Amino acid sequence: MNKGVAITGMGIISAIGNNTETNYRSLFSSKSGISFPEFLKTTHKNLPVGEIKFSNKSLAESLNLPQDHSFTRAALLGSLAVSEALDQSKVKIDAETGFISGTSVGGIDATENYFKEFTKGKTENSRFIRAQHPGFTTEKIAEHIGISGFVSTISTACSSGANAIMMGARMIKAGKLKRVIVGGTDCLTKFTLNGFNSLMILSEKHCLSFDENRNGLNLGEGAAYLVLEADEELNGKPVLGRIMGYGNTNDAFHQTASSENGEGAFLAMQEALKIAEIGSENINYINAHGTATKNNDLSESRALQILFGDTIPDFSSTKAFTGHTLAAAGALEAVYSLISLNKQQIFPNLNFSQSMSETGLQPVTEVKEKKLDFILSNSFGFGGNCTSLIFAKDEA
Amino acid sequence: MKPKVYINGISSISAQTTEKEENPISYHKNIFPALSPNYKEFIKPMALRRMSKAIKMGISSSKVALNETNTEIPDAIITGTGEGCKQDTERFLENLIDQQEELLSPTSFIQSTHNTIGGQIALNLGCKNYNVTYSQNSASLESALLDAELQLLETSVKKSVLVGGVDELSENITQFRALDGQLKSVDIHNLDLWKEDSPGTITSEGAHFFILSTEKNNNSYAEFKGISIKNSIQPEKINAEVEIFLNKNNINAAAIDAVLLGSNGDNRYDHYYKNLQQSLFKDIPQLGYKHLVGDYDTVSGFALYSACKILKSGRIPSVLKLNTSTPKELKSILIYNQYLGRDHSLILLSAV
Repeated sequence: MNKGVAITGMGIISAIGNNTETNYRSLFSSKSGISFPEFLKTTHKNLPVGEIKFSNKSLAESLNLPQDHSFTRAALLGSLAVSEALDQSKVKIDAETGFISGTSVGGIDATENYFKEFTKGKTENSRFIRAQHPGFTTEKIAEHIGISGFVSTISTACSSGANAIMMGARMIKAGKLKRVIVGGTDCLTKFTLNGFNSLMILSEKHCLSFDENRNGLNLGEGAAYLVLEADEELNGKPVLGRIMGYGNTNDAFHQTASSENGEGAFLAMQEALKIAEIGSENINYINAHGTATKNNDLSESRALQILFGDTIPDFSSTKAFTGHTLAAAGALEAVYSLISLNKQQIFPNLNFSQSMSETGLQPVTEVKEKKLDFILSNSFGFGGNCTSLIFAKDEA
Repeated sequence: MKPKVYINGISSISAQTTEKEENPISYHKNIFPALSPNYKEFIKPMALRRMSKAIKMGISSSKVALNETNTEIPDAIITGTGEGCKQDTERFLENLIDQQEELLSPTSFIQSTHNTIGGQIALNLGCKNYNVTYSQNSASLESALLDAELQLLETSVKKSVLVGGVDELSENITQFRALDGQLKSVDIHNLDLWKEDSPGTITSEGAHFFILSTEKNNNSYAEFKGISIKNSIQPEKINAEVEIFLNKNNINAAAIDAVLLGSNGDNRYDHYYKNLQQSLFKDIPQLGYKHLVGDYDTVSGFALYSACKILKSGRIPSVLKLNTSTPKELKSILIYNQYLGRDHSLILLSAV
């Protein structure tokens, strides 16, 4: 077993809370954050979403930004989550501190707002012209926290945040960075809501992950970040947990759909175990991707069956709390996995009543106290991207 | 000991043809498209019809690089794209606005995600290995190269990694660059870019793919010595930053035989390059390329492609030369790029 990479800070904002503590309280009390859109200016007011109930204006105020700032909503959410992680870790920010953020659509909320203005040649909001590009949002967050060194963005749809965590861990291991802040951010946009709606994979009810009667996902928004530090930089600092393993593969099956046997997912989990140098029997809990689409949940269940055989560990999807926060999902769920490790509690898969006929698998449906040493977290996305991460308690 | 990384396959799709490099094409537009290869040589006609130019360029360019090294399935596919699948993004966005969020076809949404190119290459090859897409403005391809280098260094197993950068033009979003000063205010001749003393630049599109491997072969173009990405650098510190990078790679500035600069004719930011041209790299050949292929987020792929060819052939095309200095030998080339003063990158190559 390797020693993994130390995590010394975490921060989160989601539909169930604007910091780690409030997220924990919602998870512990099974309180979902799914509601109807109030701040997102969409005509689809009937579609449930995991919306964070703060306007851009109040988010900007809490960050003390000037009136003419050019932060996209994803940058606002990201900056808040990063600030919490930095407060906790007190990490040194210098030339050897990096920032890697995952985002799928970056600042397309700004682009969709101003697109018509721009096509008419109006320049009043031209500071948002580059907002469509994911790196723009990342740079705003980097500026906010004063990082001028290595800054990069991963955009692999719904696995972006998980891939950012993986890349950060690899860079620490390779000695390329001493400290790195990793995670992801995505906000609700008309672009993504309508995109998933056009694919007919949004549910009009609260999502039913891993349930026989699941009929689609709820879109969400959020941001979460972890601070990773090389061991020689720790100087006795408390360690929240360690990234032990990671696996990234491609399903190479279809642009948007997962293969029925979940081969990509299986290979990603297998690779993560290999990097962690542990056997599958060591995994105590899986925070599943579990979006509640027909396709994902079956494919992921099959992959679990292939990897774990008859002894599938406790698993649950937390998507019914937050909605599917796309690029941020892997980062949010990394924070939830770390909370689970610290509290020794598994948080439930809400709204579940009936196992899928194809697999008969039953997720954890109530808060469960349990000895947890190793947690596997899955994130899969469009383009066949599959990523699995393994988190461990520091002393494990 | 750290294993060496080699560039064994290269390919380029840009606004210039690779055959007539001494006689470049002149454009009199600030936005000009890449020349399309015969995509049918690389992609089945049925699939071709649905693909945006970014996907077509990406798949075709990756296949050229793979074919050059006889690689069937690479051990990783790592893509950089600053702006992703802009044509499909724009199409879906326009429909969404024009149709007031009703009756939308999912096709352009499906193809709009930034990882579509990397995903489609994987799908096309049936490659289930590591697959990541970076989208960090002008450091997108560089982020992908850094990941590729890590992929090769973190294992003792011999690997071949496919890494490349792709960006495409789109009708409206590209044009927006005229509104925030990214483009020159009047159309210029691309080949006159160095004569300009005005803000903004010219833009285009393209795809560049490379095969990186820890194994040297007869076709190897260059050794990939190192890469550095820095989000922002104070203008007066650029010489010092470059020296720090060179020191880390155990080489000093005097041992660099040519420097390939990302100068783009924008008089607000070209001082980063001029500072190096007047100081650290005063006496060596200084090369530029954006007058040929424009500036876009992954255009440094053209720089890397050109540097590989220079190191293999031992000859610098005169069309790239920014000064009259001639090299004593051609062993080490440094590539430096930034855009709007951000996303600085340095790549060091040496002859094999």
